[in-house]
Amino acid sequence: MKPFAFERPASVMDAAIAAAVPGASIIAGGTNLLDLMKLQVETPSRLIDINRLALDRIEPTPEGGLRIGTLVRNSDIAADIRVRQHYGVLSRALLAGASAQVRNKATTGGNLLQRTRCYYFYDISKPCNKRRPGSGCAAIGGFNRIHAILGTSQSCIATHPSDMAVAMRVLDAVVETIKPDGSKRAIAIAGFHRLPGSTPQVETVLERGETIIAVRLPPPLPGVHIYRKVRDRASFAFALVSVAAVIQMAGGRIQSARLAFGGLAHKPWRVPAAEQTLEGEAPSPAVFQAAADAVLAGAKGFGSNDFKIPLTRRTLHAVMAQATHS
Amino acid sequence: MPVGRRAVLGTGTAAVFIAGVAPGPDAAAGETRGEATVATVTVELHVNGASHRLTLDPRTTLLDALREHLALTGSKKGCDHGQCGACTVLLDGRRINACLTLAVLHDGQPVTTIEGLADGETLHPLQAAFIEHDGFQCGYCTSGQICSAAGMLEESRAGMPSFVTADLAEPQPPLTDDEIRERMSGNICRCAAYPNIVAAIRKAAEIRA
Amino acid sequence: MEMNSPIGTTPLDRARDGIVGKPLDRVDGRLKVTGGAKYAYEVAQAPEALYGYVVQATIGKGRITAIDKTAAEAAPGVVLVLTHENAPEQARNRRAHPVLNSPDIAYYGQPVALVVARSFEEARAGAYLVRVSYEEASGSYTLKGGLGQARVPSAGYSSPESAVGDFAGVFPKAPVKLDVTYTTPLETHAMMEPHATLAVWDGDSLTLHTSNQMLDQGRAAVARTLRMPVGKVRLISRFIGGGFGAKLSVQADAILAAIAARHLHHPVKVALTREQIFNVTTHRSDTIQRLRLGTDETGRILAIGHDAYSGNLRTESQFEAAADQTRTLYAGANRLTRNRLVPLDAPIASAMRAPGEAVGLLALECAMDELAYRLDIDPIELRIRNEPAEDPEKHIPFSSRHLVECYRAGAERFGWNKRQPRPGQVRQDQWLIGIGMAAATRGNVLVPSSASVRMGPDGIAIVKMAMTDIGTGSYTILTQIASELLGVPPDRVRMELGDTAYPEAAGSGGSFGAASSGSALYVACERLRAVFADRAGLDTDKAEFRDGMIVLGGKAVVLASLVGASGIEVRGEIRPGDMSRKYSQQSYGAQFAEVAVDGDTGEVRLRRMLGVFTAGRILNEKTARSQAIGGMVFGVGAALEEAVVLDPRFGAYYVNHNLADYLVPVHADLPHVDAVFLPELDDRTNPLKAKGVGELGICGAGAAVANAIYNACGARIRDFPITLDKVMSALPAQA
Repeated sequence: MKPFAFERPASVMDAAIAAAVPGASIIAGGTNLLDLMKLQVETPSRLIDINRLALDRIEPTPEGGLRIGTLVRNSDIAADIRVRQHYGVLSRALLAGASAQVRNKATTGGNLLQRTRCYYFYDISKPCNKRRPGSGCAAIGGFNRIHAILGTSQSCIATHPSDMAVAMRVLDAVVETIKPDGSKRAIAIAGFHRLPGSTPQVETVLERGETIIAVRLPPPLPGVHIYRKVRDRASFAFALVSVAAVIQMAGGRIQSARLAFGGLAHKPWRVPAAEQTLEGEAPSPAVFQAAADAVLAGAKGFGSNDFKIPLTRRTLHAVMAQATHS
Repeated sequence: MPVGRRAVLGTGTAAVFIAGVAPGPDAAAGETRGEATVATVTVELHVNGASHRLTLDPRTTLLDALREHLALTGSKKGCDHGQCGACTVLLDGRRINACLTLAVLHDGQPVTTIEGLADGETLHPLQAAFIEHDGFQCGYCTSGQICSAAGMLEESRAGMPSFVTADLAEPQPPLTDDEIRERMSGNICRCAAYPNIVAAIRKAAEIRA
Repeated sequence: MEMNSPIGTTPLDRARDGIVGKPLDRVDGRLKVTGGAKYAYEVAQAPEALYGYVVQATIGKGRITAIDKTAAEAAPGVVLVLTHENAPEQARNRRAHPVLNSPDIAYYGQPVALVVARSFEEARAGAYLVRVSYEEASGSYTLKGGLGQARVPSAGYSSPESAVGDFAGVFPKAPVKLDVTYTTPLETHAMMEPHATLAVWDGDSLTLHTSNQMLDQGRAAVARTLRMPVGKVRLISRFIGGGFGAKLSVQADAILAAIAARHLHHPVKVALTREQIFNVTTHRSDTIQRLRLGTDETGRILAIGHDAYSGNLRTESQFEAAADQTRTLYAGANRLTRNRLVPLDAPIASAMRAPGEAVGLLALECAMDELAYRLDIDPIELRIRNEPAEDPEKHIPFSSRHLVECYRAGAERFGWNKRQPRPGQVRQDQWLIGIGMAAATRGNVLVPSSASVRMGPDGIAIVKMAMTDIGTGSYTILTQIASELLGVPPDRVRMELGDTAYPEAAGSGGSFGAASSGSALYVACERLRAVFADRAGLDTDKAEFRDGMIVLGGKAVVLASLVGASGIEVRGEIRPGDMSRKYSQQSYGAQFAEVAVDGDTGEVRLRRMLGVFTAGRILNEKTARSQAIGGMVFGVGAALEEAVVLDPRFGAYYVNHNLADYLVPVHADLPHVDAVFLPELDDRTNPLKAKGVGELGICGAGAAVANAIYNACGARIRDFPITLDKVMSALPAQA
């Protein structure tokens, strides 16, 4: 860990200003940042501690949704009875992530901003375009069991490791931020994370210093909420594939289907065409397969992650069968 | 060349401060090997009911502050990356990985470690149950398992669900053995005392109930 | 005492309701649950120790052309940067462990520098400032790629090959033939406590507080490496946070701490990080194993062949003896076992829990299951049909063997009769359910060990030996032995272990620790009993020792009154005699597993597991059960999760070198797991009549899981671990 200057700004505005200084990094839960700092994957010269700012509340919104402060700990979102009753997919996704100890520390904003778990990204002696632009991607041609099959580029095949973000994607959450100039903006989660393209080091649309202050959930979605996480051990493991689903049935047909996927891409993956394939149909293996075809359009394996293509197909089928009792 | 004591350079309170590598006023002698200094921060840690004012390198994790500065070595370093749970302590009553946070982030906050669980000579019910049910072998994960279990039982009492809770809307999910296993999965025991740990936690939970 | 004949009746047999065998709580339990047990890195030291942090090579093979340590040396807090340029010369013979002694890089991750600083934070930051330039050479990194260079290794703890009868002639003509190849991955011990050492010099004497399973062997290795007299080196390991073989030999942390502390005239401590452990220390080699089983139509084995390939650093000779258990487990007149070693440019492969059997049985016991299905014979019945009456290769008797009893007791308790003989027959929701079994066997060994026992006028018995407790329960079972033999309550026994200042002892390895060190203690206690009897004027053979007294007829004498003002101290020693040549010695067991396979995704979840074992006299019912369960879970990990992944583009580079990416079982992976020991006494093994327990549990455990997976869904995966992708590809289409 490189030495850093430590600061504790008195307001969120001060935090954004401090975070705009080159080399500065905000620390909230720190569960991912410190992990990376110890390995010098992250080497902030200034650490901005925002933990004592009053951004740790979950409040109802006028529209009937919830506004979750950026400092609300993952476990507190998962445990909130409003979230459990009306946003089950989010609670379940959070509970699927990491360990209880990490969830007690990790924050809303930090979870959205966590870095990939790519093995090569974590080892500074190895090439990685995300860590050292232009150095190459060791995962391509290497061991890539946990890597992406969708939205990849020649520069990067990393995945976003969050479970929470996948659920927020299916719920169409909105990320609220503040910029160093004091202006605020609301970013739809669909557009919050970027695909790697030729600049995999740029992971979100946040501008320099722009700081997450909350995540807003729209009013609850009716229907069955499912978060299915497929992983290499029963608990405390990152997703190989995960599916966040909110499915509503009416008269034996799928009235509405929302599906987001984790473990497949550089961002939570959602394909409107797949959802349209399902809507209005009676549940059947053929319909599920058609939806899977739409989700997996353009999917490409890189060797050790080839299995994710059939796994995604089969997991989607299982989730749809569960949701529709078919 | 003196190599003995750690350089101690207090730089005031923890409220708002800036610290960094030399150049600090005391780093003038930085030519000599080992005498360049990292400016330090002063942190007040409340551990097991006692207050400690520490002068620390800001990079010091809570775990290293406990182990290397307060000689509270019950909290263990198994991976230093939050992947094993051996460092689990209670921060304000909630279990966290002490290796994945900085001491300076917890200025003034209460921390409970394994050394603070017993009531004098009387063991905490979890400690006694771990002995009775042989919930450990080498002992290196044990402090973390016990602190984690203590935090877990509080979470459960407060109605916290888990990934295996069938009905998330249920305000008070029952603490089945499957629930204990899922909730304790952040604590690895390579000796694999797992069945015995679950039995010990079950016993302690029944004593408290 | 030398073990050359059966021991006969002993005081342990005569004791009524003795404490040996009882489920006594661990005597070190209180220290461990309160955080009071001090492990190597935690020993308080004045003055405070400096911190060392290792820098590793980042090439697969080659040599260092330059090391720039300017920035590191100028960094805050750094007091020393040790490299091959300024490290003291060390011995380079086979049994030494030199570190930083050459610019040559033999394998990826080899230590190339140690940065010592006043704090851990400064040492770590300093380590990242060391700039190393290399000249790379090409190397051989993968077992598969190096098969062409496989050679017959020199004999180590095992002989490389065996042959009986005419395997080559008989196998091809056998009515039923199975010829299958299994592969097992490279594995890491992943004990919870990383390797750590605190080195303290006092003049020319060195004390290492270190995490080491075999202290006397370790002391000799340190002395040899640093060219010191053995008497000037002391190793102390009061508590060890697990080992499983990782801490059998001295590792770089110990040597580096020692040389840095000498250089600086100041205590230095070095802990390897979890990431560093993977390449700096040892691992279990991956294996490629070919099993050939030829039987008649009734399943009787006519020919059995096992070829096992493993790899190691090219200067090492240790091989993974995966073919060994095939020499004794089943009958059959024509036999061939061959262990082969592939020289690699990779970190050192060494022993990991049940070296040989742990992975050998994954192959053999799955192959037996395949054979059972091929023959349509119940897997237990097939094994019973091939139960040998004597060691099938050495033609000597077994010291004790109750494997069939284990099968039967296990089948009864587990509900084996509910098994569906055809795979894929039991479905609950999305889950396919299956059960499987496998045999467990692990060689039993006795090694030299000694102990001293002293009783002072306070009546407290003080036992000393350089034995270790790596979680095995040594402190506890040795307390029980002394307590019972001397007739004093356990709280009147003080067990002092983990220090080479004490009599040389077995250490913890090869499942020989309890029996060897316990036998030495037994001998010492017998001697002390004789002294007491003599002084009390009573017949040793008839007297009873209880309640702190020696008792015979109407006479009872308090032991403490017999020791005089200065107390009595005696030593005892055990040496292996020729019993291991006269009798084939193994512990045995039967493993049973029930798994659920997700019919959609191929995820495997263990549902329950049972091991039924025989291991001679069980010294503590509770700790033995715990060890057996721990071994079984190790086997579950090997079957389902564990694999160090190599990326040969960078050398023997272990990609997933941390505990987030190298998965070991967690709580949620382990529902009901139980272990049971059937009563057995083996008077041919050692005076305790005990056999090894520590590694028995892993043996066959993974195979039982793999066989259950086949029974559940028909997926026969011969490439471990059995991850969901492999299972999924064998599942039928979804309905």
